Amino acid sequence: MTVRERLRQNISAAFYRHGLLCASYPVPIILFTSASILTCCYPLLKLPLPGTGPVEFTTGVRDYSTPSHESQGDLSERPDWYRGPPVAYIQQVLVKAAVSPWDNSLVPVDVFRSPLGRVFSVLEEIRNHVYTDRSLEALCLQVTDLLPGLRRMQAVLPEHGCLLVSPGNYWQNRRDLFDADPDLLKTVHQHEPKGLHTSATLKDLLFGVPGKQTGVNLYSKKRVVTYTITIALSSYDARFVASLRARLKQLHPSANCTLREDHMVHVHFKEEIGIAELIPLVTTYIILFAYIYFSTRKIDMVKSKWGLALAAVVTVLSSLLMSVGLCTLFGLTPTLNGGEIFPYLVVVIGLENVLVLTKSVVSTPVDLEVKLRIAQGLSNESWSIMKNMATELCIILIGYFTFVPAIQEFCLFAVVGLVSDFFLQMFFFTTVLSIDIRRMELADLNRRLPAEAGMPPPKPGPLRPRETPPPPRPSPHTITLQAPAFRNLRLPKRLRVVYFLARTRLAQRIIMVGTVIWIGILVYTDPAGLRTFLAAQVSEQSPLGEAGLPPHLGVAPVFPGGDPTSTLSGLPAPEPTPLPENQSQGHRAAHPEVAPVSSPQITWGPEDEELWRRLSFRHWPSLFSYYNITLAKRYISILPVIPVTLHLSPQEAIDTRHPQDTHHAPPPSIKTSDLQTDLTLYKVAALGLFAGVVLVLLLFCLYRVLCPRNYGQNGVPHGRRRRGDLPCDEYGYSPPISEISPLLLRGHSMDIECLASDGMLLASCCLVGHIRVWDAQTGDCLTVIPNNGLRRSSSSGCWEHRDGGGAVGGQDVDIFPIRRRTTPARPALFGDQPDLTPLIDTNFGLSPPSQALSSSGFDFGGLVEKAYQEHEPSPTLAFPPSPPPVLPPELPPQNNGDWDSSVWAMELRGNLIATGRSSGKLELWDAVEGSLRCSNEDGVSGITALAFLNNRIVAARLNGSLDFFTVEITKPLGLLQYRGPPGRGSLPPSPCYSSEDVISCQLTRSVQCAHQKPITVLKAAAGRVVTGSQDHTVRVYRLEDSCCLFTLQGHSGGITAIYIDQTMVLASGGQDGTICVWDVLTGSRVSHVYGHRGDVTSLVCTTSCIISSGLDDLICIWDRSTGIKLYSIQQEVGCGASLGVISESLLVTGGQGCVSFWDLNYGDLLQTVYLGQSSEGQSVRQLLVLDNAAIVCDFGSELSLVYVPSVLEKLD
Amino acid sequence: MPRLEEHCWSCSCSASVKTQELSSARWVVCKTAEMMSIITSVLSHAYGSLHSLQSANLIRRGLVLFIVGVVLALVLNLLQIQRNVTLFPEEVLDTLFSSAWWIPLCCGTAAAVVGLLYPCLDQHLGEPHKFKREWASVTRCIAVFVGINHASAKLDFANNVQLSLTLAALSLGLWWTFDRSRSGFGLGLTTAFLATLIAQLLVYNGIYQYTSPDFLYVRSWLPCIFFSGGVTVGNIGRQLAMVCKLTNDKFSFCI
Repeated sequence: MTVRERLRQNISAAFYRHGLLCASYPVPIILFTSASILTCCYPLLKLPLPGTGPVEFTTGVRDYSTPSHESQGDLSERPDWYRGPPVAYIQQVLVKAAVSPWDNSLVPVDVFRSPLGRVFSVLEEIRNHVYTDRSLEALCLQVTDLLPGLRRMQAVLPEHGCLLVSPGNYWQNRRDLFDADPDLLKTVHQHEPKGLHTSATLKDLLFGVPGKQTGVNLYSKKRVVTYTITIALSSYDARFVASLRARLKQLHPSANCTLREDHMVHVHFKEEIGIAELIPLVTTYIILFAYIYFSTRKIDMVKSKWGLALAAVVTVLSSLLMSVGLCTLFGLTPTLNGGEIFPYLVVVIGLENVLVLTKSVVSTPVDLEVKLRIAQGLSNESWSIMKNMATELCIILIGYFTFVPAIQEFCLFAVVGLVSDFFLQMFFFTTVLSIDIRRMELADLNRRLPAEAGMPPPKPGPLRPRETPPPPRPSPHTITLQAPAFRNLRLPKRLRVVYFLARTRLAQRIIMVGTVIWIGILVYTDPAGLRTFLAAQVSEQSPLGEAGLPPHLGVAPVFPGGDPTSTLSGLPAPEPTPLPENQSQGHRAAHPEVAPVSSPQITWGPEDEELWRRLSFRHWPSLFSYYNITLAKRYISILPVIPVTLHLSPQEAIDTRHPQDTHHAPPPSIKTSDLQTDLTLYKVAALGLFAGVVLVLLLFCLYRVLCPRNYGQNGVPHGRRRRGDLPCDEYGYSPPISEISPLLLRGHSMDIECLASDGMLLASCCLVGHIRVWDAQTGDCLTVIPNNGLRRSSSSGCWEHRDGGGAVGGQDVDIFPIRRRTTPARPALFGDQPDLTPLIDTNFGLSPPSQALSSSGFDFGGLVEKAYQEHEPSPTLAFPPSPPPVLPPELPPQNNGDWDSSVWAMELRGNLIATGRSSGKLELWDAVEGSLRCSNEDGVSGITALAFLNNRIVAARLNGSLDFFTVEITKPLGLLQYRGPPGRGSLPPSPCYSSEDVISCQLTRSVQCAHQKPITVLKAAAGRVVTGSQDHTVRVYRLEDSCCLFTLQGHSGGITAIYIDQTMVLASGGQDGTICVWDVLTGSRVSHVYGHRGDVTSLVCTTSCIISSGLDDLICIWDRSTGIKLYSIQQEVGCGASLGVISESLLVTGGQGCVSFWDLNYGDLLQTVYLGQSSEGQSVRQLLVLDNAAIVCDFGSELSLVYVPSVLEKLD
Repeated sequence: MPRLEEHCWSCSCSASVKTQELSSARWVVCKTAEMMSIITSVLSHAYGSLHSLQSANLIRRGLVLFIVGVVLALVLNLLQIQRNVTLFPEEVLDTLFSSAWWIPLCCGTAAAVVGLLYPCLDQHLGEPHKFKREWASVTRCIAVFVGINHASAKLDFANNVQLSLTLAALSLGLWWTFDRSRSGFGLGLTTAFLATLIAQLLVYNGIYQYTSPDFLYVRSWLPCIFFSGGVTVGNIGRQLAMVCKLTNDKFSFCI
């Protein structure tokens, strides 16, 4: 274990130093990285360019010997593929035949019938040629079955024997079948596929010359038929070939033939990448990029999200290039395609490291130096990164020892890829990240300077930071939506229909779907009627024209409808490799135009030497592939062609005629087929164009589908916001009318300040200091406790007592200037009050911040007093202050006299309301009767927070002290009654104190200097009291003996939010945006996450997750056990930061004039309830969830009670 | 009771359809698949009339899943065909597009059913899937699934047992990496079991064949493929369910 720890420390230290290095010298490191990338990619230059064209190498025939397998370094001119024997030696016998002299009695068919007929005799000659007991059978390449699926070729191509192809194969090399064939052209053309084809057609294969040069055509002007007999030899016997050549030349001498015969061409074929192989590859790459997209989308809280995403992609791509380059450098050219492996490699390795690094770095404290932040973030994650790396290497090692060649290669490649990826992540990405963070810091500085000048110095801030409405900050990570002014506007139906159409882009989608369907139909139903055409042709395939065919051939579509798609799929038909001399022109020049009547001339020109060059470069691969012999990465040797000239007499031609030939008018189908090939070209072009358009549309559609719609509309790249996250969408629609209608509790004249509830009763206190008690079930106002308790009213008459409280209101207004300014209008009944608006000093930069920590509250008295004195001559003082019936003994001699203190904290238990005042006084009121039961003035510092648990009250004061009070009831407990049905809800039923009881409140213990700075949060649950303070610490006290159990340190800012519940879960959030989860039993930190830019304003937990909201208007949902962010919800700017959890899966948040309900499991908005009609500018700041699944929230001067009926069902 | 029936139907449907993803089959399966899709559609329609909003959402999700299934089927079918026929593009394309046009459709239907079943099951078991709920993880899962298929088609192992063991480990790894839920494992197993059973039956009835069967009538890696396919589609379905759950913006498109 110690070794592990030491290792861990070492790794962490190394990473720390590395991070410092990267952040300190970003530019040199990036230069170094680029240089190393380029160096590693250098070997790639030697690799041949990707392409499938064959390569040639010419040797002489005379001194030819089969090259050995070993590489011979000295022969530098030899290509490195020229090793070992070729797959086959190709010997072509080029036959040129013509009927001469031509006379007019001959019909067009005679041009090719008898010349073609002579192929059988030449074939016979070749087959039977024997040279010193070596026959063709012994030398030729023996082939076996055709591939399954080539049934239509079976009758034509040879099987189980020599690979010897000639036009005679059309008739199974049988003269009798040839003679009986009534229509030769039809036989030849029936195998031709329609449309554009990239590989060699059967006609090309059998004739061995390009289709146009065969002369098998009714309109041939030259009347010379050219074809080859192609023999594939497995071994090269020079003497046999020479004797065959001599024999054929002797039998059919070619006059004026000057073909060179001394060169042998070796053709090497690269690996062919077919479309079929390309599609899965492309798919994996698409998936890869989708993965990268979705991963980089998660990059948060950086200056330039897209820059970092680009850096991530660059990291990935250059690690690919580097690994390929290194592999070639060390001679590890993988037989497996590197590009094929790579997507899986990236997906397996993942971009996790990049994301983890980013997250770790941005979660370091913001106030640190950039260098340190990078180093710290790096060293935090070092252990996990190294662990993952080691695990991956282990897995790869295991894979290497499977001894499966493919896997071993993958593993080798993976190791190189992994290491280079790691290298780039460590050097390149970290550096880019440091640059980015530095830029962000600069930007933050620029922005914060003016912003902070206007912010209130944290003097009242620590009091109730959760109430401070987030100021609208023009941060790059939030979208500043304009106030949804027409949210509640009912649009006319017609407009709504139009908007609906526009919003859903229905028309676009319908068009797109229509096109897709149409394409589908096009592909599958074969628009050209090809299928019927083919079926007809196939049924006539039998040479005798009878039904001698297996029946399935007639019905089974052989290649239905494949053509349009195959033409779409991209590979343009490559022209045969051009000769140095312009062949086609030379050809014409070599064959002078012959007059129709004149006899055809057979000429031999240099272009006939290598006629195979004019064939498709796929000619040989496809011929061999029919027999499952691949030419990929192998080569064939093409021997010099043997010329054969055949001259036939007209009589011979007439003799070999078929009876149908003469009365057979030239079939129009030939002409149309020629025409058709032209037409198909146009068709293909049109289809290609169309496909391009469709592709663009499809991409557009994909873009639309993948990217959120508001993306780019606001000009802010913002990927995180999903649809429906907004309480009200940007199209100005009001949400569906909710069945949830809020119950508005009116009565307060000013904004509501404190809110407390115990489930049955609801107490609220407004800025003026009025306390109202409401029935939480019905919303009736039960009691009104006016300020200073001057008068109380019955539950029915809620009249206001307005006396000098307005000044207190003014005081509070000054304390919370921002809130004050959000209130819509000053109510008219305050006409008797001086207008304190000019007193609101928004220029907080002038006031010294040290004032914040004055121990005795804030003295606005002087300021306001002056205003009041000026206001004195004002005639309207309608209500003179009436004498108080319960003379408040709590009117203390305050330092500046006559201004009463305001209520800063309030709690409600049973029917007792505990209020803490700014003067440091703790009061206990009877909630039902509205009478003051008890008060305590032991402390002088204002009470900022109260906790009321069982019979104890804990009060936190502004000076950082913590007072524990005990409420004692002199009457025995037997008189305690219980209100409400017992067992309902989770809280214990609150006892009711009868009015006769004498209640005393005694200070049992006062912890002076519980914190160095003001206590901001105080929570009590499960017998513990937790306080959070401005001094960055959280303290846990035991409630019984007020003993401090733990001081929890971990935040680098003041504590702003604390959550503790019965299960002893403690979570705290601070001004630094961090959230810590603590174990209350041991005092240890369970997890520590960086969640928000700016303060964490509110925290709640469910059993499985933690929900936090921050000043950055984000609501983040974290996994409670692991501390992993599940998701976050972007809210409107300036939304209230109040949160509440109704049930395990239902979250409620306050917004601008509305409350929203969210499904926690999925993070989507269930419903938004609008609290009022004219609700702009009012945001919900406080939100209480009652036992009966009702929610109370403040809403300006009103309270809103929202019942959630559906949740009630769930609870029961 | 109807719910039970639906489960049965959908499972067998998915299984049978998945089988054809790897082979060519005939009208028997086609008919059953058609019948089943009709039944599912009727059921979903009935359900949808009750909750029109939910059904619109359901159909949307189903559509997306269907398209995903079709695309995956086409690509993976191509991978399998490629194994037998190489270097002959036309031929491959012919086989790809001519061989039973309904295969992709059935695969799509199966994907839709399985993908809708997963979140449904999650909801019924009351344990919402929380593990790695993000699109990046889902795309990663798809890539690994394609990779497993790629491996099954491309890798040449010394013997079939090695290949099958490797693929089984891979698919278990897939589940562990991306799912880790009991319901996912169970549903994946069920899918694999039923699909293999139906594949066996199909081969037994001579509808198609495997080149070198080593597990009764089929290849022994077949269940692994089905398992990982089920998990993958389930992952997509869950993500979709999470993303396009009912919101107040009810007409918005998914994702």
